[in-house]
Amino acid sequence: MGLTGLEIFKLLPKTNCKECNQPTCLAFAMAMASGKAGLDQCPYVSEQAKETLGAASAPPVALVKIGAGEKEVALGNETVLFRHDKRFEHPTGIAISVSDTMDGDELVARVEKINNLVFDRVGQIHHVNLVAVCNNSNDPEKYAAAVKIVAEKTAYPLVLITEDPGAMERALEITGAKNPLLCGANAANHEAMTDLAKRYGAPLVVKGERLNGLAELVEKVVALGHNKLLLDSGAREVQQVLTDQTQIRRHALKRFRPFGYPTITFAQNENPVQAVVEAGVYIAKYAGIVVIDTVDPADILLLITLRLNIYTDPQKPIAMDSKIYEIGKPGPDAPVYITTNFSLTYFCLAGDVEASRIPGYILPVDTDGTSVLTGWAAGKLTPDSIAKMLSKSGIDQRVSHRKVIIPGGVAVLKSKVQELSGWEVLVGPQESSGIQTFLKQHWLA
Amino acid sequence: MQISDFFEKYKGTVQELTIGKEGKSVIIGGDSVLPFHSFEGTMTRLPVIAMEVWDAPPPENWAEHLRSHFGDVVGSPVLWAKKCVETYGAEMICLYLASLAEDGEVDVAAVAARVKEVADAITVPMIVYGVGDKDADTAALKEIARVCAGEGLLLGPLVKENLNEIAEAAMEYGHSVIAQSPLDINLAKELNIKLTKFFPKDKIVMDPMTSALGYGMDYSFSVFERLKHVAVLFGDDMMKMPIIANPGRESWRAKEAKLNEQHGILWEAMTTMTLLLAGANVAIMASPDSMKLVKKMMGQFTVS
Ligand code: B12
Ligand code: SF4
Repeated sequence: MGLTGLEIFKLLPKTNCKECNQPTCLAFAMAMASGKAGLDQCPYVSEQAKETLGAASAPPVALVKIGAGEKEVALGNETVLFRHDKRFEHPTGIAISVSDTMDGDELVARVEKINNLVFDRVGQIHHVNLVAVCNNSNDPEKYAAAVKIVAEKTAYPLVLITEDPGAMERALEITGAKNPLLCGANAANHEAMTDLAKRYGAPLVVKGERLNGLAELVEKVVALGHNKLLLDSGAREVQQVLTDQTQIRRHALKRFRPFGYPTITFAQNENPVQAVVEAGVYIAKYAGIVVIDTVDPADILLLITLRLNIYTDPQKPIAMDSKIYEIGKPGPDAPVYITTNFSLTYFCLAGDVEASRIPGYILPVDTDGTSVLTGWAAGKLTPDSIAKMLSKSGIDQRVSHRKVIIPGGVAVLKSKVQELSGWEVLVGPQESSGIQTFLKQHWLA
Repeated sequence: MQISDFFEKYKGTVQELTIGKEGKSVIIGGDSVLPFHSFEGTMTRLPVIAMEVWDAPPPENWAEHLRSHFGDVVGSPVLWAKKCVETYGAEMICLYLASLAEDGEVDVAAVAARVKEVADAITVPMIVYGVGDKDADTAALKEIARVCAGEGLLLGPLVKENLNEIAEAAMEYGHSVIAQSPLDINLAKELNIKLTKFFPKDKIVMDPMTSALGYGMDYSFSVFERLKHVAVLFGDDMMKMPIIANPGRESWRAKEAKLNEQHGILWEAMTTMTLLLAGANVAIMASPDSMKLVKKMMGQFTVS
């Protein structure tokens, strides 16, 4: 990827004037190669060098934005084939399809369901991202009517799915100002579609016949002057989609320009549950957008959780601040729980404490964002760190008792914590879901 | 610029391993490409799914959905295993030694006799999986190895503290073993190096540890992917063992799965499918409905 330090050096003035705050041009080139310096810091680079270097430092997968405002979706900027090599940047956009063959009330009801597909997971709000309006009727007027209803009822950006430029034009008259995704251009209609996309400055899906056809068509569209693109190889069978997704990402990383855009995929299995698994496969393997036909919260929670797993930064577990958290409105006699500051661990516990309907205090010990057992195995959840949490957090000012509940997984720490902190230690259940029963037997009794 | 086929140059093939004995055996491994990349090399066969059976009744908080399938047979590992094979078409059974975690003295001879009974009753090969207590597992697996001599079981988990004893028994009585390490490719390799000093390389399966969707699956996913890379792209001999995933039990521990049947079925199916995409050669599943989803998905892939 990118250019090496020496390749960059060849393009610099080699005067060593130091204005870039580097001792030499070579040092500057090295800094640039490792991403620590930017070309704009050297005032003397030639136009030609700028062009060469600019193209090489552009992200291998272009950043494409769909929609506007708060619900805008950003895709692309990906730099790796595997998350362990660095991380994936922009999570797959989940698009829920609606059909213009539905009548008005049906459409409104479905869009409302889509709007409600919002979930709270590990303390963050997650939701679907786009509504895909399909021109199944093949009637431009029906399509325009449906687009109008959907655009009014949702804040999510739209994917306009029609290969008829006439229907697309009618839809854009309604919602073209909101930067929808046009889906899209094919070999037969690409001139008209590109024209529309340019007119509205909107992103456009280019659908080619297999990879070769796709590359050719992208070049044609780019030559017509549009470069806000998404790619569709036309494949719909899982194995072919997976192959094409992989090859598109590989080519992009090797700087094959026509494939330097995010992709769109369609989970179309006629069995709706099977389609969810199919969508999952695409999320795991490079899809920029996956379009799916379901408004069942169970399906979407699954896909959102998968997306969260694939797109978290492997170098940084999501961690919480180590401080006192109140669940409900706890008083001086409320239970005190020790856990770790891995957000997943904290939110498992917090959810179950809340479900017990007994307000409580949660004290996550700073374990660098690792789970209870991992934290313990790594020597970060120790009698010492627990005792410190109890004394330094100020919890002793908030409760009148001196009883603390520790996770069942680290029962062995009990006597040592007792000794160091002076608090009475109750060993809780292994899994936080057992808290309600535990409280009944050991706290309320 | 022209589109070219950027095919990977592969340097290694995942070890093939046969589980079972003549007349009832399954082969796993054998691929020399990244998972499901039959477009650029040899993917000898699809991964295999084993269904999990417990040798003691599961606890009360066991998922309702699983109880709805197996409630009538949880008292008998033999009937449970037969139901998996005969009703649900399991290609392999994984007998989970839940009895080792029960309170009180463990009667190792009785545990082993039960395993033998299951093995004799079914027409498919078997994995035997301990509870993760290294002493209890060692005692039980050694006895099982002896009692089931010649069955060609896949026995595990072996961890660094008990690997010698179990592996020696496995070798003596003709079984394969599962080497388990906690989500770390270096630890996985270290274990393989220790093991291969005296144990045949082609009778080892790696268990890099499975965590469920939403509960750490990201770690398993990346560790599986990295292990597979090292095997097929770098051709590291110490990492060419097939990989086993354990998504069934892990998935049904997730709160979402326990609360809602549809969540659970999808949770297990998706955890499994994702880990197969990451490189698992064999996966242990719990729900027949989840298994059906995964098999249908795999049915859409061809081998090469
Ligand atoms: C993912 C994972 C990792 C990830 C870290 C993920 C993270 N951010 O923590 C990575 C790969 C980095 C990792 C590394 C290691 N890991 Co690790 N890891 C796991 C794994 C698979 C899942 C952990 C997880 O995310 N659990 C989910 C969270 C939500 O669980 P939890 O925190 O325990 O919370 C639950 C309960 O404890 C309880 N609970 C939580 N708080 C409270 C509070 C109260 C009051 C109560 C009552 C209950 C309660 O409710 C929660 C929900 O049920 C486990 C195995 C497993 N399946 O548990 C091994 C495991 C924890 N790891 C283990 C080990 C040994 C390690 C390493 C030391 C290995 C090594 N040498 O490299 C390293 C140490 C890391 C370090 N040096 O920093 C061992 C620990 C063994 C032991 N008992 O000592 C385990 C158990 C695997 C095993 N069987 O060998 N690990
Ligand atoms: S400012 Fe430009 S010319 Fe001057 S030393 Fe830095 S890189 Fe060289």
